[in-house]
Amino acid sequence: MAFPQPRPQAPQLPQHLLRTIDCQQGAVRAVRFNIDGNYLLSCGSDKSLKLWSASRGTLLKTYSGHGYEVLDADGSYDNSQICSCSSDKTVILWDVATGQVTRKLRGHAGKVNCVQFNEEATVILSGSIDGTVRCWDTRSRRYEPIQVLDEARDSISSLKVAQHELLTGSVDGRVRRYDLRMGQLHVDFISSYFTENIKPLNQDGQCTLSSSLDSTLRLLDKSTGEMLGEYTGHKMKGYKLDCCLSSKDTHVLSCSEDGHVYCWDLVEGSLSLKLPVGKAVVQSLSFHPTETRLLTAMEGRVQVWGAEQEEMEEDVIAT
Amino acid sequence: MASDSDSDEDFVTYGTPLEPLEEDEPLKKPIPLHDQTVKDEKGRYQRFHGAFTGGFSAGYFNTVGSKEGWTPSAFVSSRQQKAEKHHARPEDFMDEEDFSEHGIAPREITTSQEFSSSRRDKAGEKARAISAQAALIPGDTLLEELIAPARSSIGVELLMKMGWKEGQGVGPRVKRKARRQQKDGGGKVYGCTLPPAGSEESEDDDEEFAPENVTFAPKDVTPVDFNPRLGVQGLGYRGLDPSLALLGHGTAEHIDLFKPQSETRNRLFGDTKSSSRRGGVVGQAFGVGALEDDDEDVYHRDSMSRYDTILGEEEPGDGLYGWTAPQQYTKKKDRSKDASYLGKILEGFTLAQKPLEEKTIFPPPSLPRDYRPVHHFRPSVDVSHLSGVSPALAEALRVSKGHMVKEEPQQAGRHQLDSGQRRALLGEDTLQGPSSVMELLRPEDRQRLLSLRNSSNPPSAKTSIPVSSHASQTSGKSAQVLPASSDLQQVSLAAWRGIQTSSQTFKPFEKNPSKQARYELYLSCLKQGDNDALEQSLDPGMTEWERSREREEFVRASILYRPTSSSLSSRFTRAKDQEDDDSVEVSPDQEGDLDDKQAAVKMKMFGKLTRETFEWYPDKLLCKRFNVPDPYPGSGIVGLPKVKRDKFSVFNFLTVTQSREAAAPPKPPESGKKSRWDVSEQKVEKKKEDLLGELLSAARNQTETKVEQTPTPALPALPASISSSDQAPGSKPEIKSSDQQSSEEKKDGDEEEEEEEESRPPMDLFKAIFASSSDEKSSSSSEGESSDEEEEKETKEDEGKMDSEPLNLFSIPSTSTTTTSSSATTTSFSSSANTSSSHQAAAVSTQASKQEEEEFGPKLPPPSAALSRGGATSICPPSKEVKTGKKSKEKKHKKKKHYKHKKEKKKKKHKKHKHKETAEEEQGGGDGEQEDGQVSTDELLKRLKSIRSHQMW
Repeated sequence: MAFPQPRPQAPQLPQHLLRTIDCQQGAVRAVRFNIDGNYLLSCGSDKSLKLWSASRGTLLKTYSGHGYEVLDADGSYDNSQICSCSSDKTVILWDVATGQVTRKLRGHAGKVNCVQFNEEATVILSGSIDGTVRCWDTRSRRYEPIQVLDEARDSISSLKVAQHELLTGSVDGRVRRYDLRMGQLHVDFISSYFTENIKPLNQDGQCTLSSSLDSTLRLLDKSTGEMLGEYTGHKMKGYKLDCCLSSKDTHVLSCSEDGHVYCWDLVEGSLSLKLPVGKAVVQSLSFHPTETRLLTAMEGRVQVWGAEQEEMEEDVIAT
Repeated sequence: MASDSDSDEDFVTYGTPLEPLEEDEPLKKPIPLHDQTVKDEKGRYQRFHGAFTGGFSAGYFNTVGSKEGWTPSAFVSSRQQKAEKHHARPEDFMDEEDFSEHGIAPREITTSQEFSSSRRDKAGEKARAISAQAALIPGDTLLEELIAPARSSIGVELLMKMGWKEGQGVGPRVKRKARRQQKDGGGKVYGCTLPPAGSEESEDDDEEFAPENVTFAPKDVTPVDFNPRLGVQGLGYRGLDPSLALLGHGTAEHIDLFKPQSETRNRLFGDTKSSSRRGGVVGQAFGVGALEDDDEDVYHRDSMSRYDTILGEEEPGDGLYGWTAPQQYTKKKDRSKDASYLGKILEGFTLAQKPLEEKTIFPPPSLPRDYRPVHHFRPSVDVSHLSGVSPALAEALRVSKGHMVKEEPQQAGRHQLDSGQRRALLGEDTLQGPSSVMELLRPEDRQRLLSLRNSSNPPSAKTSIPVSSHASQTSGKSAQVLPASSDLQQVSLAAWRGIQTSSQTFKPFEKNPSKQARYELYLSCLKQGDNDALEQSLDPGMTEWERSREREEFVRASILYRPTSSSLSSRFTRAKDQEDDDSVEVSPDQEGDLDDKQAAVKMKMFGKLTRETFEWYPDKLLCKRFNVPDPYPGSGIVGLPKVKRDKFSVFNFLTVTQSREAAAPPKPPESGKKSRWDVSEQKVEKKKEDLLGELLSAARNQTETKVEQTPTPALPALPASISSSDQAPGSKPEIKSSDQQSSEEKKDGDEEEEEEEESRPPMDLFKAIFASSSDEKSSSSSEGESSDEEEEKETKEDEGKMDSEPLNLFSIPSTSTTTTSSSATTTSFSSSANTSSSHQAAAVSTQASKQEEEEFGPKLPPPSAALSRGGATSICPPSKEVKTGKKSKEKKHKKKKHYKHKKEKKKKKHKKHKHKETAEEEQGGGDGEQEDGQVSTDELLKRLKSIRSHQMW
């Protein structure tokens, strides 16, 4: 390394509204970036799933086939497949290009809250209100799940796959970490309130972030279960709201019921940004995997936020 | 050998014996050749193939191997089990016959090297012979003799008996002269090098020395060391000696690959007469280097004269005489000569130049005159005496030893035992005589003594026998002698007094039951607060000495093991009973104590307190898909291993049934939080109605109510927050606590209905009672909605009837004082409510499904109504919308309110909802298309602009 590393810039925050997309699909239940952040998926309450271009805001494809509102979606690593889950108790695997249903996986006894691919898109993991996580095989034509993780005693509200580990957050107030390599299950009791959402740190995967209905986000050490940080100030009393970490793991972001997105410094725990999104509940948010870009979903609209205003202005001028 | 008639039959014969020829018999016709057959030992016919085609044994009936021919070994190979490399041995391709005695690879029992010994075991042989005679079968030991080790020949044995040792020269003693002459004659050696002349010179000296009349023993023979030839070289080949080749030797010596053993040995043993001139490989067939001056005789010609042509005695170069040779002679000899005795010296080793230092052996010490070779054992030393501890400590140790240490019974010496024990040990009967001196006395005297004792003036006791002195007296004595012990007595009394618990106390004298019994008596006396507890408990039959000792022990023990009730015993509980059969398998993650964790969370002490770790068995396929090795290869378990737990704990069933239901796909999820508790409980009750009876069910009713109460505070929406929820843009999840509900109200007419809905028992109960219609509960599908509408119509009609009864039902378990079991209530309910059975159930089911849909876990925020209008800019705050009173589908109302609408309203709402949805869809679709068009134009514009800019650039 002959050249000195560039001086680390102060982390930028997505505080400028770049674009507002009106999804026209009822309430947007979840909004997700794809793997490289060029596209975004919006899950609508009108049973449809829509794929948008993140940079231009154009609708690329509408995937319809669910029987009830779509609650979560995830794109595969190669952008060839999308999985989505819905209140109709099914998980659907879509072909991105054709928009056809590749597979419709039934088996959950209640609405399916969250869904995710594993790293190689060989397994779909879905967590449902019936308290189970089901691992579906995308390679074989079997319609039964590979394994059903029924350790949770209440609804599974979120799940996250990180390499060989699977994290699930359940309404029973516990975060469960299934370690496939070690063959162990770690159960962390977080709160007597519902534990909502968990995300491991993107980069090193050493921490888990959990938000619970006592309006608190907690950052826990993955290996020991000790609490590293606590983030409060937002309002999360009744709804299932998203939280996430910024792409550089410098900030913790969370939706709030008061129409803001709260952004805390990860280390200090101080509130660094309170982003006014609207007046309704900010339900879902997603952070760009590499850049400083944020998606928020409020009611029927998805908003794209960025660190700088410039290009957007240019666009505005251009139009 | 053939003297025994029996032994005739033991002869082994080969071939078929000729039939005994009888004189009268006519001559048989010889069997023609084609009729003659050969069979092997198994009776199989064999065809003669001729010598070059395999002889008799050409496989199995002229095939190879087996009946099926030669069968290859089954090929087995898989990922786990790789095919083994099979090394085929020649034996694998041989037939049985080949292994037989006359086969090509006979497998016989042969004596191996291990068994060969030069001396026979005489005594063993004799014993064997005797046993053979005595045995049932005379030829029993035959086999053993066959395997008997190889024995040396009789000549060797005889020689050995005469004192001969191996390697010693054999023959009559010879004069030296003759030998010497002989030696001069034969000078033939292998190779070209002659043995060095040094030895001859020495022999000349010998000659001078040796007297005429002395004969010498014949020369010793070096035992021949037979080495198997492993290579393919010729006989006597020794390979090139690197030291020889590199150092170089005189021209006279070419490197002789066929050098005889003896010569190399000579060289090894250090006659280094040859001065090395130069290095390099020199000699016959190696040529001369260009730089070398002297032209050597490279093309050396070996003449046959150098080789022995006659078999005869080879005269060794040195005159090695036997061990009987005269001293001077051997001394004169070079030491290295002796080495030839030892046989071949290992390569790399040389003989030591210096002789080993002789060990000086010291004479044994001279014994004293009065020494007697008898060993006296020392008397065993008492431990307490040995150790330098204070006598008090030793005493304490000794006293406590009985329980602190596992003590062998023998360790307590015979002095520790009392007479009774000694008697028991010896197996003696009890003495018939009087056990106490008291019995010897006449009754009057005894009476007198007793009265004397009662009058408690011990010194005036006239009984001259100290043994019979009474307790009071001894106590007095002991008090005088041992004031300390009396103090202790008081202490122990204080410790034990008033303790009425019959709790298990330590038994310090368990080894000695009678003593323990006395001790216990003493303790019980102590508990009652008797001052002279000791005297009462001690055995009057014991001697004074024994008693005093026991007294001391008891006092100490009672202090040492004073009841723990005061301080410690409350802290310990006895172990629970062993695991009985009344247990079920539960997954272990339900073991955790929630209260502890909650406390820990409150204190923000995350970490060990809040973490539980279990073994978890992922599915094999899952591991494969995740590219992770199976952490538990070979285990059949998937998921969490189960743990046994008490069957009769209600809470086990709660979770177990729940998970089971969850696992079964066709079943819908159980309804709302509150009802979920109830559901499983009801099921449990159903399962074991008569098992536990009324008492248990009553108890469960209590727990039920508790359970019902507990989740309420745990729910996210707190009562305080509810009041503020109107201002909040998003509404709260509702709590269905009936108290609150009744308190805060708006629509009066709906109240009753609401309450009924709220307090309605879970639908599973209904299902259990009326196993009937309406299993369709899928809330999601549109047909479900339509059916909802229909059912709701019907339920409306039934509402009047329903109102009272479910309320009653629900009130019963909540009043925990009622002793009626819930099963009884259910039955009574079913009988009363039979009329409105199916409708009711249907209504409840729809209700429950609705509840489930919206109450299970945290809600999703409502989609705004503004969105249906499509305007991105006009965001109507949801709270406003609530105030407008539009009965839109949104869940911004409190849930209760939501359900408090009349059914009609609901119906309408549903219809509206539907309409709206369709409208939305249409509109949305249209908008989408429009927007697409717009965007595309935008896009075009943008592109145009970019092109323009490019041109500008």
